[in-house]
Amino acid sequence: MSTVFIALQTNDDTRPIIESIMADNPHARLNEAPAMVKIDAEGKLTVKRESIEERLGREFDLQELHINLISLSGNLDETDDELTLSWNS
Amino acid sequence: MDMQVAKKKLGLKERYALMTRDLGWDTTYQPMNKVFPQAEYEGIKIHDWSKWEDPFRLTMDAYWKYQAEKEKKLYAIIDAYAQNNGHLNVTDARYINAIKLFLNGISPLEYMAHRGFAGVGRQFPGVGTRVACLMQSLDEIRHSQTQIHAMSNYNKYYNGFHDYTTMIQRVWYLSVPRSFFDDAITAGPFEFMIAIGFSFEYVLTNLLFVPFVSGAAYNGDMGTMTFGFSAQSDEARHMTLGLECIKFMLEQDPANVPIVQRWIDKWAWRGYRVLTLVGMMMDYMLPKRVMSWKEAWEIYFEENGGALFNDLARYGIRPPKFLDQIAFDKDHISHQAWGTFYNYAAACNFHSWTPTDDEMDWLSAKYPNSFDKYYRPRLEHWREEAKKGNRFYNKTLPMLCQTCQIPMIFTEPGDPTKICYRESDYKGTKYHFCSDGCKDIFDHEPEKYIQSWLPVHQIYQGNCFNPGVDPTAPGFDALGAVLDYYNMAVGRDNLDFEGSEDQKNFEAWRGMATKNI
Repeated sequence: MSTVFIALQTNDDTRPIIESIMADNPHARLNEAPAMVKIDAEGKLTVKRESIEERLGREFDLQELHINLISLSGNLDETDDELTLSWNS
Repeated sequence: MDMQVAKKKLGLKERYALMTRDLGWDTTYQPMNKVFPQAEYEGIKIHDWSKWEDPFRLTMDAYWKYQAEKEKKLYAIIDAYAQNNGHLNVTDARYINAIKLFLNGISPLEYMAHRGFAGVGRQFPGVGTRVACLMQSLDEIRHSQTQIHAMSNYNKYYNGFHDYTTMIQRVWYLSVPRSFFDDAITAGPFEFMIAIGFSFEYVLTNLLFVPFVSGAAYNGDMGTMTFGFSAQSDEARHMTLGLECIKFMLEQDPANVPIVQRWIDKWAWRGYRVLTLVGMMMDYMLPKRVMSWKEAWEIYFEENGGALFNDLARYGIRPPKFLDQIAFDKDHISHQAWGTFYNYAAACNFHSWTPTDDEMDWLSAKYPNSFDKYYRPRLEHWREEAKKGNRFYNKTLPMLCQTCQIPMIFTEPGDPTKICYRESDYKGTKYHFCSDGCKDIFDHEPEKYIQSWLPVHQIYQGNCFNPGVDPTAPGFDALGAVLDYYNMAVGRDNLDFEGSEDQKNFEAWRGMATKNI
């Protein structure tokens, strides 16, 4: 199975986002590098709006991710509630 | 950040449909094929443009909102960095030479990409694609502007930043990145999308903007870190556009598959060659290293690119050609490139140097199969010679590859001791190549590549001197005249880092920053 990833800047905005992704994707691995994290996951990774809102204590629009997103890989699908990255093979 | 989230009346999918799809219409006064004259000549068959969708479903109103937020953050950091004399906090002044390469060699490409996407955005009949290309075109001009603004702070204090708009058009090594974009922008709209949207953005930009920019942060350069990551967050969208576009072409008609495959082969190789510069920046120009070029290549090309090509296999797409050679060369190209720039330091707008002992040890550890055997002895020899006052400057002009325009510095597949030469005859003229990959590209489109503007040929033809210069005058200094034409200041912008004005100034200013004088 191939690996998808999402890379985010590390700052106050992204801490709850990174926590949510790690909680929602138990198979994901967190790689920390200077000023950034890269989260790798076999096959599929899901970013859930609700989980981020719980940690953030306010409403969150998934498109806010664009502000601190660095990079990603995999086929992407975004709805109001979640963003998923996946490989078909 | 305390961002207000307005209650949405419509869901994301509905909003995207209304604010993107609904903006297009079929023309009636003129036939569609006259309005979009470039849509068919490359042979790509599209039956239903409505099948194309931006998976981020970003609409223009959301684009402005989030980009404005990013830009505010970016400029706050750039200003703070400048106000705080942040440039004196970088690890050491050698680092700044990597930024010179960035401004001179990469930022102009952002501007070229802006033009390219504005062009293809006009040419695609599908409205979803056009809107995504419009956003990317805006991203690219923002990137070139933010990079120029961020690095203008360095231009106040250091040499080599002063005239990147002239240099990208004239300087020998800058013809490598420039010709890559010239090649893409003169292709048809679908090939451009594979060249830039897919190969460059999806397969390759991660190598530049992720590990190198993380390296900038590691070396104390907050300005570069912030423009780099800010740009790369747009790249995430660009990659998605590139991937969607390729899947769209492959799904629309099986006859598209072989055309797309040829473009993947061509542009993966073209991009790989340009990235040689980035390999050298990571292995030699960052005083504090995050990861080696080879490690970055394994993560972002082999692992991530491999996953992508596995995914595309269901359409009948195979990985790009020459992967065996690429896999072998990851132990070599950064060292071969740095050796070349060390040689030609007299004709460069940045400084080069031999690595320190601890840096050589790092390179040995990262490149156990190649560094000690092939490259350390040469660097140590150059260092010894420099100590004796014989710093080696190569005064001859190198032979260039007709396709990638890089000097013929690369070695035979499997044999790092032998320079690789390939040639093709076309209409009675012989053309030279650095590799099977570059020869393959030429042989398929010779009429395009015989027009290459090769800097060395142009110098020999007398086209790289300022007006009024007489090359037949007694005692004519050809190199000096070429550097004048490049607008490089001899003794300031070029030569070794050791003894340079940048080195002396940085030392003096850093001293002043920590003492009361």
